[in-house]
Formats: sequence, structure tokens, C-alpha cells
Amino acid sequence: MSSMVEKYRNNFLKEVEANVEEGEWVKMCMQCGVCAGSCPLGKHWDHPPQEIFMMIRAGKRDEVLTSDSMWMCTSCYNCIVRCPRELPITHIMHGLANYAKRLGLAPKAQPTAWFSQVFWDNMMKKGRVNELKLGLSLYFKDGFVSGIKESLKHQKLGMNMMKAKRMSPMELFGGHGVKNAGDLQKIIKKAQEIENARIESYGK
Amino acid sequence: MSDIVATNQTILVVGGGISGMTAALEAAEVGKQVIVIEKRPFIGGRVSQLYKYFPKLCFPTCGLEINQRRMNANKNITVVTMAEVTGLEGEAGNYTATVKISPRYVNSNCTACGACGDAVESEFDNEFNYNMDKHKGAYLPYNLAQPKRYVIDPQMIGTDDAQKAKDACKFDAIDLDMQEETIELKAGAVIWATGWRPYDANKIQPYGYDRIKNVITSVEFERMMDPFGPTGGKLVRPSDGAEAKNVAFIQCAGSRDRNYLKHCSRICCMASLKQSTYVSEKYGDDANVSIYYIDIRAIDRFDDFYQRVKEDKNVTFIKSKVASIVENKANGNPTLHGVDTEGYNRYANEHDLVVLAVGMEPSVDKDTFPIELKVNDEGFIEYDEANGGVFAAGCSSDALDVNRAVQHATASALRAIQVVNRVAKAEG
Repeated sequence: MSSMVEKYRNNFLKEVEANVEEGEWVKMCMQCGVCAGSCPLGKHWDHPPQEIFMMIRAGKRDEVLTSDSMWMCTSCYNCIVRCPRELPITHIMHGLANYAKRLGLAPKAQPTAWFSQVFWDNMMKKGRVNELKLGLSLYFKDGFVSGIKESLKHQKLGMNMMKAKRMSPMELFGGHGVKNAGDLQKIIKKAQEIENARIESYGK
Repeated sequence: MSDIVATNQTILVVGGGISGMTAALEAAEVGKQVIVIEKRPFIGGRVSQLYKYFPKLCFPTCGLEINQRRMNANKNITVVTMAEVTGLEGEAGNYTATVKISPRYVNSNCTACGACGDAVESEFDNEFNYNMDKHKGAYLPYNLAQPKRYVIDPQMIGTDDAQKAKDACKFDAIDLDMQEETIELKAGAVIWATGWRPYDANKIQPYGYDRIKNVITSVEFERMMDPFGPTGGKLVRPSDGAEAKNVAFIQCAGSRDRNYLKHCSRICCMASLKQSTYVSEKYGDDANVSIYYIDIRAIDRFDDFYQRVKEDKNVTFIKSKVASIVENKANGNPTLHGVDTEGYNRYANEHDLVVLAVGMEPSVDKDTFPIELKVNDEGFIEYDEANGGVFAAGCSSDALDVNRAVQHATASALRAIQVVNRVAKAEG
């Protein structure tokens, strides 16, 4: 009997509401499907957003958090614009992806997840994104040889960007940043501590 | 028009549709003096543009005619057509309304013989058929129009055609010098029955109503079924006139959507279920209807009707709000794109014709009422003491079907009667 009750308790929905950015919106979905139909990458998703929302409500914790789907979001905002109930779908997808990664459940070798981490680490060093280094780390993602090949392919683009002063080769040495990047790192670290404490205390 | 007698015991009804007619009749038949102000050249409103009622699938012309006869027979009712209330001031028991009357250019001598219509060449967009066809410069709005009197389109005034119409009239009924008039009327209570209008489908950008010919609205579909309508009663595609057998209905086109109308328009589910029977009526087993919906809201006793339509094997229900429509340039077919909710299947379905079940919005824009009224976010008038002696009737109060609009109008008549009774008592 109690296991039957447990089944309908919606624990995962509550967990999402508490721990996922904009998660409190999930229950507002009316399953119309406009988000899924409007997504330009829709057919590459195992579970379109409206299905993810239903899975959350159905308590399918592992299926949702280990899914590749929310990592497919490119933040085009088509779904947000068209959602008849104004759910911030893009933000919920990013929130879910972030939460899955924090719990170590995100799929391994997911390219978007990998890129997000590289972007974050790059940005955190100086408080600004170093585009030259970010670009290079992308090119050399699959090893030295393919990295050189990839770089040569984009040689012309790089030269033109340098000519138009959109990219500086000097960025390779240090690069620009915010004033007192150390302070920024401290602020972020503190924020992360607060967030970690909140999520760790969930359900206790 | 100075022959209209109005006092503080008069009930002014704004709008002569089914709600306005009902309210006027209920009040007049218990002896109250009623003046009905109607913007169009005829009474009957949007009900006159319907082919069939749900759920009984009878013809609205029948019930409408009964009400027209009751109106004509009742000496307590004065109907002023082509008139609009532009100003309203005062309080319960003592209102003064400013009414602008547009020239009809045809007086009461008219016998509706049609000679003027035959005499003229010029044609103008026909509002009665949602501009799907044209009417002559001298016209009867529709066959059963009451008052049964022709109208001269103001765009024809000053042309040779106007003179031709005048010359053709044997009864001296055409007066080309008729001018716009503004009159003031007293009233003890006002019944506001200005009704609804279909939501502007052009605003729903992904559905391409403005760029895809074979995407039409439910009200246009309804006009196609009229034997005297723009297609002579044929269900055909606007692009090429081909028979429309494979028809898709898209529910909540503009309704239940915070980008458009926030409210549920309440009638569209039943309207589409009803219209699905039109396709079967025309094409029998060749009919192929698809209804795309979020959920079907066939409220209370209408569920029987829904169950009957569900049993029809030519009707398919697809639980999905369509995301976008793209035209197949080769054959003019609209292709519907989306993902359904029963299995999350991605679809791209082609249909001959797509009907948008457009929502209901109030005819009067939210901030343009001539007197301050409590109006909700959607623009419908709330019942509120602060509204004094002004009472909404029918669709000016909410999205309602005909049945509920008539019930609501009867209640409003009772409220208005109470106000003028108080006035009568005070004045002894």
C-alpha cells in the first residue's frame, strides 16, 4: 500500500521546484506541445520539452536527469515566445542541465556540456571570455593533429578578424580581463557555497 | 428621428443582436418602453451569420424570425439601426445618451423590391460575409434582414450609380441628401449588449492566415455553408475553388494563450465539432476531418454531441496545439507542423483546407466605453454595483454561446426593469 502511495507523491517535481532554476514553472505546463513543434532542433531531442515536463511530474528522476535532451537547447527562445502560458522553457532546460551536471548524472562526453565547462573555466580566469583561447581549445578538442587541421581550415577567417581588429593574437599571452578578477572569483565562490549548502540541505 | 420618445423610465438597449433582442423583448413584453440602438443596418447580429446552431443543428433563422416578429409586433420597442452610442452620462434612473445615426439614404417607403440594386453596377466589400464577396452599392444586407429595407453604401454617394438607384426607385424611397444625425435620448437604465467579434487571425503569425489562402477562420467557414453565401453553399478552397474534403480544425486559435487572448472563448470546441458535421453533410464518407486540440471543452450536456462526433470514423482527434503552418506551393495545401501529446510524435500533415477556430473578444475595445464601467482584463464587463444602471447582456459580459447569452440577457432585462420601476415609483 505505502509503495503505491509513494509512487504518486511527486517527489521529483518538488525536488525540481526547489533546486532547478525556474523549476517552479514546470507544473504550469498544459501539454499543448507548441514548444516541441517550434523548436528548430526538435527532432534531435529524445524527449521534447513538454515530454520532459510530463516525465518530471511522473517522477522519472533518472530518465530526466541522465537525458541528453535538455543539452540540445541552443537558446533560440522560440519556445518561450510561443508558449501560451509564458513558461521560461529555455531557462528551465538550462536549469535542468545544470542540476544534472551538479549531481554527476549528465551524459558523459556530451559536447554541449563539455563546451559549457570550457567556456566557464575560460571566463572565470579573468572575468572575461578570452575568445582566442576558447576558439583554440575547441579546435584542439579531439587532439593535436585534428587541432592543427581545424585551425588551418579557419585560417582565412582568423586573418580577416585580426585585420578588422576583432581578434588580437596578443590575447594568447594573458589576455584582457576585469579589474580585480580575484574579487570576482571570491564572489562566485561564495555564491556557489551558498547554493551548494541549500541544495545539500534539501530533503533533510 | 426626433419622433423617438424617451424618458427616465425608458430602457435603452445598446446592440440588437440575439442578446439585445432578448433583453428588449423581455422588458417590452412586461410593458416597459425600450429603445434598441443597432450599429448595423439590421437586427440579429452574429446569429444571423450562422448556418446551424449546436447542439441541435437547427437553423438559427428560425428562432431569429420568431424574435423579429415579436419585435415588430410590440409597440413598446423602437429600433434605431445604423446608430451608435457615442456618449453616455448620468446615473441609475437618469441617463442621457448621445446617439449618432448614420444615413441609410433609404427611407421607410422602401418595399425591398430590389430595383435600385439591379440598376447599379458598383460593388463593395460585403461585411456580412466577412469580405469574402462583394455586395452591390444598393443592397439588402441579407435575405431575412429586418428592417426589410435596402441600404445605399456611403462609398457610392456622389457617383452616377447613386443617381441611377434613385431613378430606378418607383416609391421615392431613396434620399441621397440624407445626413448624419446626432440625437440625445433619456433613459432610466441601459442594457449593454454590444456582443463579440472574432479575434483577428492575422495576429497569430505562425498560422499564416495573412499569407496562406487555404487557411480561413471558423466564421468564414460558417458563411460558406449558407446557400446564399459567398460560395453558394459549397465547401471549397479559396485558392482554386476545389472541393475541400480533407479539412483540419485548429482549436484555441488565439484563445487560452497569453500572447493573444488569455481567456477560453468557450464556444470554439463546440463550433468545430458542429462544423465537422458540415463536411460530412457535404461529402459523406469522402469527408476527412482532423481536429487539433489542447483539450475538448464540450461543457456539461454538450458532451453527448462530442461523443457522437468521436464515433464518426471520418473525424480524427489530434491532441496537439499546432506549432506552425507552411504552404505546399505545388498544390496550395497548408502543411501543419507540431508534436502530439499522446506519444510525442512529430507530424507534418497536409490538408485541403485549414479552419482556425478563432476566439471571441468583446466588440468594444477596453478603453472606449462611453461611460466608466468595471471591465476585466479581457475587456468583458463585470457585474458591479459601481456600474449603476448599466447592465451588460450576453457576450459583452463574457464569451458565451447563444443559449447562455440569452439567459444572461434575460437576467439583465430583469435588473433594468427594477431600476425603471424604482423611477416610476418615485415619480408616482
